[in-house]
Amino acid sequence: MTGKLGLDPVLVARARELARRAGQPVVDLARSHTTVSVERAVLRLAGVTGADPDGIPWVNRLVDAVVADVGLGHGVAVPVFDALAREELGDVTLLAQKAAAGSVRFGQPTGRAATAARRAARKAVAAGVRQIDRRRAERDRLVKRYGDPEQRPWIYLIVATGDIYEDIPQAQAAARAGADVIAVIRSTGQSLLDYVPEGATREGFAGTYATQENFRLMRAALDVSSKELGRYVRLTNYASGLCMPEMATLAGLERLDMMLNDSMYGILFRDINPIRTFVDQRFSRQVHARAGIIINTGEDNYLTTADAVDEAHTVTVSQLLNEYFAHEAGLADWQLGLGHAFEINPDLPESFRLELAHALLARELFPDAPLKWMPPTKHMTGDVFRGNLLDGFFNLVGAMTGQGILLVGMMTEAVVTPWLSDRDIALQNVRYVLGAAGGLHEDFVPASGGFIQQRAHRVLGEAVELLDRIGEQSLLTAIAEGTFGIMKRPADRGKGLDGVARHEADYYNPATEILEGDRA
Amino acid sequence: MTAAGEKTVVRPYGDTTGDGMVQVSFTLPVPLDKRAEGAAVQLANKMGLDPAMLVHARQMGDGFTFFVVYGRVNHLVDLSAVQVVERDFPLLSAKEVNAVVKRRLRRKLSVVGACIGTDAHTVGIDAILNVKGIAGEKGLEYYRELTVTNLGAQVSVPELVEAARRERADAVLVSQVVTQRDAHLHNTREMSAAFREAMPAGRRPLLIVGGPRFDETMAGELGVDRIFGRGTTPGEVASYLVHALITEKKAGA
Repeated sequence: MTGKLGLDPVLVARARELARRAGQPVVDLARSHTTVSVERAVLRLAGVTGADPDGIPWVNRLVDAVVADVGLGHGVAVPVFDALAREELGDVTLLAQKAAAGSVRFGQPTGRAATAARRAARKAVAAGVRQIDRRRAERDRLVKRYGDPEQRPWIYLIVATGDIYEDIPQAQAAARAGADVIAVIRSTGQSLLDYVPEGATREGFAGTYATQENFRLMRAALDVSSKELGRYVRLTNYASGLCMPEMATLAGLERLDMMLNDSMYGILFRDINPIRTFVDQRFSRQVHARAGIIINTGEDNYLTTADAVDEAHTVTVSQLLNEYFAHEAGLADWQLGLGHAFEINPDLPESFRLELAHALLARELFPDAPLKWMPPTKHMTGDVFRGNLLDGFFNLVGAMTGQGILLVGMMTEAVVTPWLSDRDIALQNVRYVLGAAGGLHEDFVPASGGFIQQRAHRVLGEAVELLDRIGEQSLLTAIAEGTFGIMKRPADRGKGLDGVARHEADYYNPATEILEGDRA
Repeated sequence: MTAAGEKTVVRPYGDTTGDGMVQVSFTLPVPLDKRAEGAAVQLANKMGLDPAMLVHARQMGDGFTFFVVYGRVNHLVDLSAVQVVERDFPLLSAKEVNAVVKRRLRRKLSVVGACIGTDAHTVGIDAILNVKGIAGEKGLEYYRELTVTNLGAQVSVPELVEAARRERADAVLVSQVVTQRDAHLHNTREMSAAFREAMPAGRRPLLIVGGPRFDETMAGELGVDRIFGRGTTPGEVASYLVHALITEKKAGA
């Protein structure tokens, strides 16, 4: 694996080993804890749907009721299915409604009652997992029928009007204009809601609420577009924030194709408790693995707060950690849209060569992953002319280094949410560069021992050093001390900590059992 | 900037003084044809471009066309009638800021910063507060004599007031990037009202908001002491803090 950069395979192997060493304690933590959102995801798989008249989902009401009676540490599956049998109800949503009204008491059964409840819970959850499997098979069929995009990278475009019924024609227009992947940005603040809103929504702030119904509506619309265009148009949303496991589950149930799903983003940028995040993260990745969803990680975000040159190695470290956590959760390489971004200050001498070095390093370290290449945002100033030029250089790096997924940069970044014309100009930019230089990665080989190789070696070296230091003091300490993106996030602080519990000896989660058990 | 330093009436400049040339681009919801081009010229005329030169038209999707128009405007700009907030305090270096705080305040100056409401964009507050700073200028955390508490994103107003009390804040910095439905204005008013309610006038910290879409002249209307617009640097903020809290000692002191 020497490739174009002549990376030392021993050093690369050491980097992976150090990432494993740093990540292992976090995985152990995730395996021994649960969260309210993991349990709600289990109930969603078991068939609990809908919300109360105030818009609070029944899964929230049911988990809250169970927690009030027996706590979270046993998992909710057994208490719920035990109560279902005692109440002689056929439907878990009905049980949730009765529980919310206060007419059901929950207990943690033992002996035969416990065995029966486990069996019933597993059966119900298995039906939900089967639905995810059917959705995955359906995607495979449609991809076969309509085909993948002709070119790499896939062109990824964002829509965000706040109103799902406005998003749909915009997304279809974007697909017609050349987008291969449509991302519906979520409403600002949704990541900190501890429930998933219900139904089709028409009001959002700088984005559209992610709901099961909005997922369904958009996917159906893009199926129409796929048929019309003769290529399968993929749909992306966000498995992040406090409801990450539920988002992953709903995405699997509604055949979303990609999900933003970073191992540390919520901790660093949303101040969500680190343990909550890692527990939610692991479950959500197991669901993504099962659903055949490609995850997109969020390394680009580090570079918006930290310096893209000085901190380039933190991106590599995060990619290695994301890869470790992803593999551990069962994701295959083709599902790893590891993130990185074109965020070096354009006023810096040789900034373009540095970008090339960083992008090529990611490409060579993760040869089988469809890397997600993110456009400049930090140095977009409102000078739309310069911005368009910068986006052209960004596109060129993408073409020269064989990136898998290219998020289309907007020259109006930091000015307005993209206008129709902004998107059109940005897509012309991408099409020009890919048309003119799409195959350049075949010819582009940096000079041996030259600037680009040296820079890549240095970044990898610094990444290994940092991983070495993290290994000695644990990842949680590194995060607490602000190693990534400057933010300091201690493990005993942050949002959502009260929704975390250590497993009791009799903890049972049928979803995890199925997702882990059915793995090779 | 021009040779005639005293000139107060100017026109846009293309390539000749006084030619009044401007360039605009816009989209009309019509497919591209002769009529669409005529419609674009009509709009340009109504905007004051006369003559208007349609230099580019391109259809987007089914029913939209993008236009670029160059043309001459007849409007005059009277520089003497322009109203802006000029910097009314001296710009100090980090060293000078530290020296003034140390000598005159004789304790650390406490600054609490946050993005309030649902706004999750910490870019602005981080650029001002983080050591990293922006455009090569270090943020306020770098100033030895300042104690900075950055609460991050999506902080509620009560949390902010509480943190300001706990940290004995001399100044509170709030960043607002999201402007949908005027969220930045509503949030700012809510914040200033909460501080007025929670603390007597003399004990209130200096209230500062910043963001790319604020009108810097609206400070009074929003109930804050100062508004900083786009392109503000940490040095400007630090200099203002010293000016308002120490050398001028007005609001909040």
